[in-house]
Amino acid sequence: MLSYINHSRILKLLINGIAIIALLFSIALSVSYGAVDIKLSTVWQAINSFNPDLSTHQVIQELRLPRAFAAALVGAFLAVSGTIMQGMTRNPLASPSIMGVTDGAAFTLVIMLAFFPGVSNLGLTFASFVGAGIAVVLVFLVGSFSTSGLTPVKLALAGVAIGTMLSSISSVISLHFQLEKEMSFWFAGGLSGTNWTSIHILLITGGIGMFLALIISRSITVLSLGEDVSTGLGQNNILIKALGIVTVLILTGAAVSIAGTVGFVGLIIPHITRFIMGTDYRWIIPSSALFGALLLVLSDVVARLVNAPFETPVGAITSLIGVPFFLYLARGSGGGK
Amino acid sequence: MAKPQAIKQKRYVSILILLIALLIMMFFISLSTGVIPISPSDVVKTLFNFGTEKQELVLFEFRLPGIILALLIGAGLAVSGVILQGVTQNDLADPGILGINTGAGLAVVLFIYFFQDTLSMTSSISAFIMPIFALIGAVFAAFLIYTLAWKNGVNPIRLILVGIGVNAGFSAALIIFQLKMDPQDFRQATVWLAGDIWSANWNFVLALLPWILFLIPYTLHKAHGLNVLNLGDDVAAGLGSKVEHERRLLLILAVALAGACVAAGGGIAFLGLVVPHITRRIVGPTHQRIIPISTLIGALLLMMADVIGKNVLAPTEIPVGIVVAILSTPYFVYLLMKTK
Repeated sequence: MLSYINHSRILKLLINGIAIIALLFSIALSVSYGAVDIKLSTVWQAINSFNPDLSTHQVIQELRLPRAFAAALVGAFLAVSGTIMQGMTRNPLASPSIMGVTDGAAFTLVIMLAFFPGVSNLGLTFASFVGAGIAVVLVFLVGSFSTSGLTPVKLALAGVAIGTMLSSISSVISLHFQLEKEMSFWFAGGLSGTNWTSIHILLITGGIGMFLALIISRSITVLSLGEDVSTGLGQNNILIKALGIVTVLILTGAAVSIAGTVGFVGLIIPHITRFIMGTDYRWIIPSSALFGALLLVLSDVVARLVNAPFETPVGAITSLIGVPFFLYLARGSGGGK
Repeated sequence: MAKPQAIKQKRYVSILILLIALLIMMFFISLSTGVIPISPSDVVKTLFNFGTEKQELVLFEFRLPGIILALLIGAGLAVSGVILQGVTQNDLADPGILGINTGAGLAVVLFIYFFQDTLSMTSSISAFIMPIFALIGAVFAAFLIYTLAWKNGVNPIRLILVGIGVNAGFSAALIIFQLKMDPQDFRQATVWLAGDIWSANWNFVLALLPWILFLIPYTLHKAHGLNVLNLGDDVAAGLGSKVEHERRLLLILAVALAGACVAAGGGIAFLGLVVPHITRRIVGPTHQRIIPISTLIGALLLMMADVIGKNVLAPTEIPVGIVVAILSTPYFVYLLMKTK
C-alpha cells in the first residue's frame, strides 16, 4: 500500500479547494467541447440568460450540462463506494466493479427491461440497488465458505467470477429479448443518454448515500485500524458495516442505473485520496468524491475525443487508466498470503 | 505392482471408449437439432448422400462445419488448460481467465481493422492469416502476464490477478478499436468475440485443423515433461530436466493452441479451466492419460454447450462462450474456495 503524507488542516483545505476549481474547469471544458465546439462565453450566456431560440443554448441546456453533471456525480459516487469498501474491509483491491457489484446492478436492470418494459427511471434505479445487493451477498457468501478465510485477493477473484456469471446471464437475457443495444451500452459504461431526469435521480438517491457516508466516516476511520481496535473503542462493528454496505449499494446502484458499469474509478481514487489526505475518513470521503468526479468528467471528455465524432464508452477509458494501477496493486498485495 | 497398473490401464481404455461413444452420440444429437430439425435417421441418410437437397444444404454447409469447429476448439482449449495448469502448478489457470484469449482477440481485431478494405473477414485468405495474428497476440499477452506477475517467482493467485488486469486492459483497447470499425465489421467482431461458432464455414475448419492435428500430438509427446514439472522445480531439475527450457516450450504450446482456437471461435473462457479438473478426477495425475481424455472431454463439453446454446431459448441462439461461462463460473468459485 502507498504510504501517506500527514498534512496540516489548512493544506488539506487548500487541496480540496484546488480540486473544486479543477472540477469546475473540467465541467466547463466538458460542456464546451463536443461535436460542435461552443465558446465558454456562450456557455455562460446559456446558463445565465437562456434563449430557447438559439440551438447552441439548447444543446448546452439539454445535452451538455446534464451530461457533465452526471459524469461528476457518477464519478463521485463510485469513488466514495470504493473508499468505503476499502476502508471497511481493509482490502486494497475492494471496489464496486472488481467485486461484481456493478455487474449485479446491470443484471437486475436487464431483467427489469426484459420483463417490465414500461418501468420508470426510478424503478430502474431501485432495481439496480437490488442487483448490487445480490452481488454483494453472493461474494460474501463465497468468502464465508472459503477454507482459509477471505484474503483480499481471493475476495477480488470471487467478485470477478460472480461478476462474469451475472453478466453472462444478462447477455443471455438481452439476446433473448433483443436488448443487445441497451445492454452493450450498460456494459461498456457511457454517459451519452443522460438528461435532467437522470440528474434528479442521482441527486436524490446519491444525496442520501453521501449523507450516510459522511455520518459513518468517523467510524470507518476507526474500523480501518482493525476490527479489534474498533471493538476496543466501543464501536458496534456490525452496525457500522451494515450501514456501510447500504451506503455502497445506494451509491453504486444509482451510478450504474445512469452510466452503466464504469470500472476502476472506485479502485484508483481511494488509493490516491488516502495518499494525499492521510488516514482520516472524514477528510478522505469528501475528497474522494471530488477526485472521482474530476476523473470521470475528464475521462468523459477523452471518450469523446478519442474517436470523434463517435463516442467511445467512458468505461473503456477508465479501464485503460485503471489497469496499470490495478496491476501495481496486484503485485504489491503479496499474492494472496 | 503390475496388477493395479494393469487395472488402471484397463479402466483408462474403457473410459476412452466410453467418451468416444458419447462424442459420436453428441455429434448426431447436435447434427439433428436446430431450427430445422432433422431426425437422426435422416442425418445418417444425408451423410451417406441419400438426403434431400435441403437437408444436404443444412447439414453440410451450416451444421457440420460449426460442429467440427466446436470439436476442435473444445479439444484445443482443454489441452491448453491442461498445459497451463501443469506448468504453472496453478489450479485456476485458463487461457480465457489469464487474458491470453483477449490478447489473441485484440490482435485479430487489429488485423480486421487495418486490413478490412483489402480482405473480407470470412474470405479464405483471412481465415488462414487470422490464426497467425491471433498467435502473435496470444504470445504477446502471455509474455506480458508472465513478466508482470514475476516477483521472486510466480505465485498462482497473483498470476490470475495480473491476468484479470491485463484482460481488462485488452478488452478496453478492443472496445475502442471495434468502435472505429464500420458497422458491419463491428457486428461481426462483437459476435465473434463473445465466442460464436455458427458463422463458421469450412475455411475456418481447414485453417484450425492443422494446428490441432500437430499441436495436440506434440503435447502428448511432451507429456513426460509435464509430469516431471508437476513434481516441482527442484525435483524436476534433480531428474535431469532442463526446467526453464521445458517450461517455456510447453507454455508456447499452450499459447499457440489457445491462439489458434480464438482465431477460429472467439473468446471462450473457463473451458480450459474446468476440463483438466474433471479429467484429473477420472484418470489421476499422469499426463499421458490426461491429455487424450481431456481432448475428448473438451470436445464433448463444447459440443454440448453448443447444443444447449442453440436450443434452450430457441429461436434465440446464445453464443457458446456465454453458455460455457455460465456453466463453469460456479466451478471456478468452488475451486477458489478450496485454494489456499
